[in-house]
Amino acid sequence: MSKLTPGGAEALLRRYEGLSSRLPGARLPWLASLRAAAAAAFRAQGLPSRRAEAWRYTDLRPIAEVEFAEPLLSVTAALPLPAQRLPRRAIFVDGRFREGLSELGDNAVALGSLAADLPAAEGRLGRLARPEEHPLAALNTALFEDGLTVTVPAGIDAGGLELSHFVLAAERPLACHPRHLIRLEAGARLLLLESAQGDVATRYLHNPVFEIEIAEGASLVHVRLSQEGEAGFQLGTIYARIEAGGTYDNFTLNAGGRLVRNEIHTVLAGPEAACHMNGAQLLRDGQHADTTTVLDHAAPDCRSRQTYKTVLSGRSRGVFQGRIHVHQVAQRTDGYQMNQALLLSPEAEIDSKPQLEIYADDVKCSHGATVGALDADQLFYLRARGIPEPAARTMLIDAFLQDVVDTIAEGPARDAVATAIADWWRGQA
Amino acid sequence: MLKIEGLTAEVEGKLILRGIDLDLPPGEVHAIMGPNGAGKSTLAYLLAGREDYAVTGGTVRFAGQDLLALAPEARAAAGLFLAFQHPVELPGVGNALFLRTALNAIRRARGEDELDAMQFLKLVRERMRSLAMPEDMLKRSANVGFSGGEKKRNEVLQMALMRPKLAILDETDSGLDIDALRIVAEGVNALRGPDFSALVITHHQRLLDYLVPDRVHVLIGGRIVQSGGPELARKLEAEGYGFLQAAA
Amino acid sequence: MPAVTETVETVQAATEGAYKWGFETDIEMEFAPKGLNEDIVRFISAKKNEPAWLLEWRLKAFAIWQKMAEPLWAAVSYPPIDYQDAYYYAAPKQTTKPKSLDEVDPELLKTYAKLGIPLKEQAILAGVEGAGDTPADGGRMPIAVDAVFDSVSVATSYKDRLAKEGIIFCAISEAVHEHPELVRQYLGTVVPQGDNFYAALNSAVFTDGSFVYIPKGVRCPMELSTYFRINAKSTGQFERTLIIADEGSTVSYLEGCTAPMRDENQLHAAVVELVALDDASIKYSTVQNWYPGDAEGRGGIFNFVTKRAQCRGRRSKVSWTQVETGSAITWKYPSCVLLGDDSVGEFYSVAITNNRQQADTGTKMIHVGKRTRSTIISKGISAGRGQNTYRGLVRVAPTASAARNFTQCDSLLIGDQCGAHTVPYIENRCMSARTEHEATTSRIAEDQLFYCRQRGLSEEDAVGLIVNGFCREVLKELPMEFAVEAQKLLQISLEGSVG
Repeated sequence: MSKLTPGGAEALLRRYEGLSSRLPGARLPWLASLRAAAAAAFRAQGLPSRRAEAWRYTDLRPIAEVEFAEPLLSVTAALPLPAQRLPRRAIFVDGRFREGLSELGDNAVALGSLAADLPAAEGRLGRLARPEEHPLAALNTALFEDGLTVTVPAGIDAGGLELSHFVLAAERPLACHPRHLIRLEAGARLLLLESAQGDVATRYLHNPVFEIEIAEGASLVHVRLSQEGEAGFQLGTIYARIEAGGTYDNFTLNAGGRLVRNEIHTVLAGPEAACHMNGAQLLRDGQHADTTTVLDHAAPDCRSRQTYKTVLSGRSRGVFQGRIHVHQVAQRTDGYQMNQALLLSPEAEIDSKPQLEIYADDVKCSHGATVGALDADQLFYLRARGIPEPAARTMLIDAFLQDVVDTIAEGPARDAVATAIADWWRGQA
Repeated sequence: MLKIEGLTAEVEGKLILRGIDLDLPPGEVHAIMGPNGAGKSTLAYLLAGREDYAVTGGTVRFAGQDLLALAPEARAAAGLFLAFQHPVELPGVGNALFLRTALNAIRRARGEDELDAMQFLKLVRERMRSLAMPEDMLKRSANVGFSGGEKKRNEVLQMALMRPKLAILDETDSGLDIDALRIVAEGVNALRGPDFSALVITHHQRLLDYLVPDRVHVLIGGRIVQSGGPELARKLEAEGYGFLQAAA
Repeated sequence: MPAVTETVETVQAATEGAYKWGFETDIEMEFAPKGLNEDIVRFISAKKNEPAWLLEWRLKAFAIWQKMAEPLWAAVSYPPIDYQDAYYYAAPKQTTKPKSLDEVDPELLKTYAKLGIPLKEQAILAGVEGAGDTPADGGRMPIAVDAVFDSVSVATSYKDRLAKEGIIFCAISEAVHEHPELVRQYLGTVVPQGDNFYAALNSAVFTDGSFVYIPKGVRCPMELSTYFRINAKSTGQFERTLIIADEGSTVSYLEGCTAPMRDENQLHAAVVELVALDDASIKYSTVQNWYPGDAEGRGGIFNFVTKRAQCRGRRSKVSWTQVETGSAITWKYPSCVLLGDDSVGEFYSVAITNNRQQADTGTKMIHVGKRTRSTIISKGISAGRGQNTYRGLVRVAPTASAARNFTQCDSLLIGDQCGAHTVPYIENRCMSARTEHEATTSRIAEDQLFYCRQRGLSEEDAVGLIVNGFCREVLKELPMEFAVEAQKLLQISLEGSVG
């Protein structure tokens, strides 16, 4: 792996060395050695440069050039929180759980701060993450302070849970690396509405890692709203493993942040597991958004669907990399991936690399990728009917996004997404 | 209503309209006929404001305004309606949303109150009933998966809602579907009155049996080479364009 | 009898089963000393009596090559190549022109016969005086042939007839002497010496290849074709082809290749440069059947080729059509750089990997001019333990307004031991351009085979039928002469793959 050596990576390692004895769980041998190994892996790999194949379209130099520090322990009690949308809500500020602001609901679901009960995470934390391959996950393992642990017992429908992350205004650039462990036992169900926001003027790095285990027949719907601050960077990694008959539905809306990368690694590990990964990236001038999905069909009779749409305005850059790896045992795989981009300005750029690696023969696996601008005929039709051009453009862009938004079941999660898209429109005007 | 003088226009650098003169008074229906490639569709799109066409000379006045100076949506607001030969499909744009947004945009431009969702629904349902259109056509994406007849009905519905002063019908390939022709003709006829005009652009005589024009113009090689009464259309149907092409 | 049918039948008669062209020709050969260094480069240049400018060009390329690192990124795995352990120059020893076929080395004639080259053409190729003056047997369409035996172009048929139209079709070594201004103007302008590792190597040690120049407004009246053959042991084949289509001209060029069976791998690093000026059109077809290695993957040819076309002129067009059915390792990406407004690039490919073959092939379409269009249709068939990768790049520059690309990659898997991979890179920086890419995967289903067999077809024929149907879109782009050959080739390549 090629690395960027200046500033950022070295600084982060130095912080690790300085903090390691004081990080949560420093006295737990299993965690200390996990962190040490991760720090070593990060040292070996560094922050990826564009010469690494997985990062060829996303330049991390804007992050590498910054010296990040940990967030100060904030004592501000009040935080202008948006209205609660679901019965349970976990609030994180600068990577740390804030019990006072959260609403965890009853005990039917085990839900709480990771740092508050680290011994319970032994064997679970680090089971799915691959720090030796993914430097950002390595960084997270070395430096995480807190996160959310969720366990939904067998057969329980846990309803809805919000996981909201805020980065507050700060004098110096800060980095936070929350680690979230989500487990659904056999037949369990959960709707997780995750959102990330940050102060508009602060430069920060939000580097969350999710380790998601979905047992047999369980189902997780994971809707993510990424509305990071204008100067914020998000490099999120999700690892999900789905056992037989389980389902993972992920919808990600990227509508903020100067540089955002969502990396989702999913393994369909048992027969008849299913995974639907969808999302929309809305980009304004000066933004860069990268969605990279790696999907392993490692068992027969599994089904996957992916639809990603990117809208680019101003001088922005969108990236989609979607690799589907069908193992030799994964006969009767049914996989489909579609990625579409709409270029609204002459300075926009979209790079896409949908990739198929197929080792089984009885499979139905296809992908499509299209790029274009607003259809001139459609635009003219609307204007000829009296609709002013800006409104006509908005209608067509909404129409472009509609079918991917429709993949979210009706309810508070979909409403939240629709609101976020409307907010983006308002920012466009 | 519509006065075209010496209009010339190019498409991709090629001169298509070579000097059109046309006077369409209010209350009249005129037909424009001509062989393929004569420039009929070009004229229709140009009047509606399509930007691919470059006007190189001449003037067009519509209801006292300089039409060529207006953006397409402004022309619609001024009362111009183009019924498309192939109504464009708008995937993801609900038909009801499309119709209401368009109607309100025009009302707003005319200084009228916009209709809220309930008022609009009431109005559109009424119109749809008289056009025998099933209500589910409001819920579908505009024109997506509509049959030929359904698309024409949708165009006529829009005409009925917007009540234009000038309807331009681009029907160059029509004549194959009697149903479609009748729907369009009835829609236009329902709007006829002293303050309404229509310009019917057609290749075939058949539409004109249902939509009898006051005058017929023949467009060949980018120019109007002859004008006459409805009998001219019948003569063209019987004899073809040969006798005029020789003169053009 | 058409040349093609002769080819297939002659070949089938000559050997039974397996690789039909796996024979050696025992002919006196002349070699350069083994190894690769500046002296060898000078040796080659001197052997060909090259002018000083070309020697300088080669030496510059060699210097660049020495500084480059061999690329390792393709999804193929192979043992390291020892570049010093090969001969870079080998030529058959025949200097005087024979007066009749009797005087020609019979081994050489046997080779031509085995390759299916008709007697008439054999005579021409062998350089028999006056052979080109009488019409061909049966009055069939002549095919102009340039035969390259190991590193050296042995002869070119129909040169004079083509010359009457102003068409130049000859060995590049000859073109260097007869038409130096043309060669100098275009050589290396499409694939510069430093372009990549194998191109640099080729630029230093290329020994021969074909040179084609079609003058303004001329439609080349016949297919131009080159037979390449690697015969001598341990040699690498480094041919260089340069085709220039001047304004308004048209040419169809066919490249066919064969090689004998050997235990050790041999290296084929060719460079093909195409230039199309305003309104010109070039069709370049390759039906390749290098020795693929035995069933265990031993032996076989390493095929690293840089093929690139520049559509320099407005409304110019280049079509690459290839049928690849064998080679131990294939690494080739025929590309089009669409510079001229309204220019068109096309890529039609069928690639088959069987046994332990590996292929990493695809195309690059670079859109620079306005309203440029590209079409990519790639059909990959994997059988046995073959690994077939399509790797393509579609890049649209901000200047390429209203550009259009359509890409279709389909993979057919036979059996569950093989792999089919698709890695497309789509980079679009132009708002008014439209790109569309689609990839699908399928297999030959039991019920399809059963249906065919129930209707009387053998399993082999059934596979052949289905595979041909799968590849139809590509095969129909091949010049007629070779479409039939290609279909049979597909069938032969898949023998033993089902069941």
